[in-house]
Amino acid sequence: MLVNEAWLKEFVDYSIPTDTLTEKLTMAGLEVDSVNPAAAEFTGVVVGQVMSVDAHPNADKLRLCKVSIGTGDLVDIVCGASNVRVNLRIPVATVGAVLPGNFKIKKSKLRGEPSHGMLCSEAELGLADSAEGLMELPDDAPVGEDIRDYLQLNDTIIEVDLTPNRADCLSIEGVAREIACFAGSDFKPASAPQIKSTLDNVVNVTVDAPADCPRYLGRVIKGLDRSAPTPIWMQEKLRRCGQRSLGPLVDVTNYVLLELGQPLHAFDLNKINGDLVVRRARNNEKLTLLNEQEITLDKDVLLITDQQQALALAGVMGGASSAVNDQTQDVFLECAFFTPITIAGKSRKFGLHTDASHRFERGVDPELCYRALDRAVQLLTQIAGGQVGPLTDVSSAECLPSQQKVGLRFERIERVLGIKLKEEVVESYFTSLGMTVEKEQNQWLVQAPSYRFDIAIEADLIEEIARLYGYDNLPQNSLNVSGCLASVEEKIQPLDRIKDLLVDLGYQEAITYSFTDEASLKSLTPKDEVYRLKNPISADLSVMRTTLWAGLLQAMDANTKRNEDTVRFFETGLKFTLVNGELQQQQMLSLLVTGNVRPEQWGESLAEVDFYDVKSDIESIFALSGLAGDYQFKAAQHDALHPGQTAEISNKAGESVGYMGLIHPALESEFDIKKPVYLVELNVSLIQSQQIPVFEEISKYPSVRRDLALIVDESLAVSDITDYICQQKGLIQNVLVFDVYQGKGIENGRKSIALGLILQDKSKTLVELEIDELLNKLLINLKDSFNAQLRG
Amino acid sequence: MRERSVDLSLIYLDQAKDSHVENSLENIVEQAETELKLADSLSALENIRVSYLGKKGVFTRQMKTLGSLPAEERPKVGATINQAKQQFQGLLEQRKTVLENELLSKRLQEETIDVTLPGRGQAVGGVHPVTRTMRRIEQIFNRIGFDVAMGPEVEDDFHNFEALNIPAHHPARAMHDTFYFDEHTLLRTHTSPVQIRVMENSEPPLKIIAPGRVYRCDSDITHTPMFHQVEGFVVDKNINFADLKGVISEFLKAFFEKDVKVRFRPSYFPFTEPSAEVDIECVMCEGKGCRVCGQTGWLEVLGCGMIHPEVFGHINIDPDEYTGFAFGMGVERLTMLRYKINDLRLFFENDLKFLRQFN
Repeated sequence: MLVNEAWLKEFVDYSIPTDTLTEKLTMAGLEVDSVNPAAAEFTGVVVGQVMSVDAHPNADKLRLCKVSIGTGDLVDIVCGASNVRVNLRIPVATVGAVLPGNFKIKKSKLRGEPSHGMLCSEAELGLADSAEGLMELPDDAPVGEDIRDYLQLNDTIIEVDLTPNRADCLSIEGVAREIACFAGSDFKPASAPQIKSTLDNVVNVTVDAPADCPRYLGRVIKGLDRSAPTPIWMQEKLRRCGQRSLGPLVDVTNYVLLELGQPLHAFDLNKINGDLVVRRARNNEKLTLLNEQEITLDKDVLLITDQQQALALAGVMGGASSAVNDQTQDVFLECAFFTPITIAGKSRKFGLHTDASHRFERGVDPELCYRALDRAVQLLTQIAGGQVGPLTDVSSAECLPSQQKVGLRFERIERVLGIKLKEEVVESYFTSLGMTVEKEQNQWLVQAPSYRFDIAIEADLIEEIARLYGYDNLPQNSLNVSGCLASVEEKIQPLDRIKDLLVDLGYQEAITYSFTDEASLKSLTPKDEVYRLKNPISADLSVMRTTLWAGLLQAMDANTKRNEDTVRFFETGLKFTLVNGELQQQQMLSLLVTGNVRPEQWGESLAEVDFYDVKSDIESIFALSGLAGDYQFKAAQHDALHPGQTAEISNKAGESVGYMGLIHPALESEFDIKKPVYLVELNVSLIQSQQIPVFEEISKYPSVRRDLALIVDESLAVSDITDYICQQKGLIQNVLVFDVYQGKGIENGRKSIALGLILQDKSKTLVELEIDELLNKLLINLKDSFNAQLRG
Repeated sequence: MRERSVDLSLIYLDQAKDSHVENSLENIVEQAETELKLADSLSALENIRVSYLGKKGVFTRQMKTLGSLPAEERPKVGATINQAKQQFQGLLEQRKTVLENELLSKRLQEETIDVTLPGRGQAVGGVHPVTRTMRRIEQIFNRIGFDVAMGPEVEDDFHNFEALNIPAHHPARAMHDTFYFDEHTLLRTHTSPVQIRVMENSEPPLKIIAPGRVYRCDSDITHTPMFHQVEGFVVDKNINFADLKGVISEFLKAFFEKDVKVRFRPSYFPFTEPSAEVDIECVMCEGKGCRVCGQTGWLEVLGCGMIHPEVFGHINIDPDEYTGFAFGMGVERLTMLRYKINDLRLFFENDLKFLRQFN
């Protein structure tokens, strides 16, 4: 909200400089966002009066003006503005003036005619972004007076970012009240003007929904002068609060809203049919608003209606049918208190955020209506004359918010804030906030003023004390660490350790959005039902990811387009899948690898990454936890992966841990893939098991290695044979695969696998005979089980 | 022993009438010396050794002639031969050492490499700067006994709003541009729901931080629809605002590794009261005023406050018995300030040229 110091000073007499003021505002919880001068720097501009206007002999669009600037002599000025006319008072930049942008005014000639100054528009003085014609000053503007003094332009505009609880500060008066409190200055509230009614006309109002509208006030005003302009001082104040002048009727309601914080609405009296009714809308009832937007209503919405139709969306915006315009002479001025919860959310629902709805949904002082209505009537009749009708007042006392006294236990201040305060100090804080205090045996009972309707519980009072004491003055402690040492769960491998392993293996961590485009997910996980956002930010971020691959593929694409030939990404995060209609949020670890196994370097030829390079990285994760043997890789199918290069990984319990493989060739064009891309996705909770080691006696006897070359069917999974051999237990400690060969010397459909068997006995040195016996038996079994032959 | 035999031989030489043996042995040693000098490899040297000391070697043959001498002459002559043999062995060893040294220096020369060539192997990767910052935050809080808690990202209205004292239509909801799935289900707009989930399931005393992804329906130069927060809270019997100020100030000094100026100013969050926003002296301009701090010299870095009694009410913790504080901070913001990153959007573009800067 924009406030300016000149206006504030009408309500509070403070003398602190601007930077102290803004600092104090911020430290009182009214955060200052910006501080700007009310007008850009300029000098030498005075009020002038046009005394004569003559045609320019050499230019159709220019006029020769003689202008009085209060010096006795008339000044010749050439002017091109269309609204220049005799007697008009305008700002005149005299010779020697410097306008915003360091624009210097000198004596000159325009098309041969002398011009000793410039008649100015609002834009030329930096008071508006653009302007049509000269700035017209009132007829009583004192000729010769410096325009900065006349318009009080040496003022500062302060932008305050108010938190939702401080609705009482959504006005000049409210901010001034707050300043008075911390600057120790006198607050001078606007006095309520006395309005005498000069008419009998009333508009009868029935409030059908008193809980939504506990108070509805109004007055009829007839015979407004349509030609009356908004006074320049009001225009200037509105401008400094960011409001354009739109004629006296609208300006006055805006002015009172800014000054006191009370929204008002003016209906054109002649467009109202019969009595007004305040009621909830019917479902599907329609209303065309001031801005020509037609909205369809429902029973949650509060309306002002007449006997024929809906006239206004209560507390948000008026309707088009009863709107005032520059022909309006007779009005009904509404000033109401609407219940915040009734108005809350309505502006967002219809995409309308207005100054009125902003205040009503945060709350307005229900006692303010009377003063505000009369202030508006006073201002309006001062400007545009007219006759005023008697006050219409429909108040439902039982529905008005009741403000209870709030208790504050003496000991809570120290308990919550860590300070001991003298009772008189606490009481003086409350009085300075306009609250009344009663002391009981162990607590204060505090009654807040009607505008501080945010004070409802003890904590609210403690916060006020903290604010006035000053947050920066409150003490500061090092936290007392208590509690016992917790155990460190060793059987869970921390995810950070797994991430570090991947980092050491050359992977870069990526973080991609959790929502993505539906098409990618349809290609990668066609069987998974997607979980869809109702209000996505864009179509390509509209569904929750069912796999992290979608984001990683996009990130890879962006990088390969930037000439990165090798990409090794990992990401951890949730995937979102619907299982039997239930949403599951599972933490996954995903990898994407494309390009070279290792960076290009001397003494080593570049090798493109393949399945086994990536598999080795995954095996490292398992080996890290000492449980490499607990995980199995089995040939499997996955919609996103090459059917011949896909492994499903499962744990000891047989649960599926995830998949790895080469991206399916059918997806290459969709994801713009030029080189093989390997993808891995693992369920984090299933790869975090860690073995707690148990020491085993180390054999003192030497181990022996025997190599076997076996010929088997090419379709046989090598792991079937190695697993089988490992299961033999006994003397075989380990099996190493050191070669797989197909081709010359091996018949079609068969392959040769070379295995290294490590044998060891814990209690003695092995002898040849034992080893031969064992191997012979093993070979027979392998022949029976796998049709494996010893390669000759 | 060796000295004695030399003595004997000297006596022998002095008294010798026939120097025939001596002369021929001298010749042999001279001959051997010549041969050894010519030997240019260890194998040539070995051949020479065998030809002198082997079973059929020169010295062996000499020794065999002793038998034909009169018994009284044998010791003298034998000693002479031994002396010559020792002389030969000395020469052989010398030559061997020379040859070995030559070989070693030749090998060393051959094996010399250019140590300035780059090493071979896998490049090292790195964690995302957001992770880097979250780890630092966790580390700092772990030191004073905070545990880490996590929560779901698809949340319900109760945990994200209702239980945090943000009922439907509360104006504070307008500050959270929320992504919805249906009326009651949404993407969490902050990590504060983790507060509720932890307090629902565990008893005070609690010291928790909850890092994670959060979502707001907003996207422009300074907003991304997804970002990261770290929520922290402490609940115990004697926790007050002074503890909150202490933890936050100490954290910020620890995080920025300098004695950064910190200020607390009143603010409003529905789930804390009193609430505060915390500013630090701008780390870019050291409080002088710059573009980053909007010329104010201050940077807002987090929000915090004493946990609101309504929040305790929602999870059946007695606010008369327990008090607590909570805080929340934006991870990207802290990362940008720490590493002087000037564009929020870089975090989620995953440009390797950006990510590698944090390795």
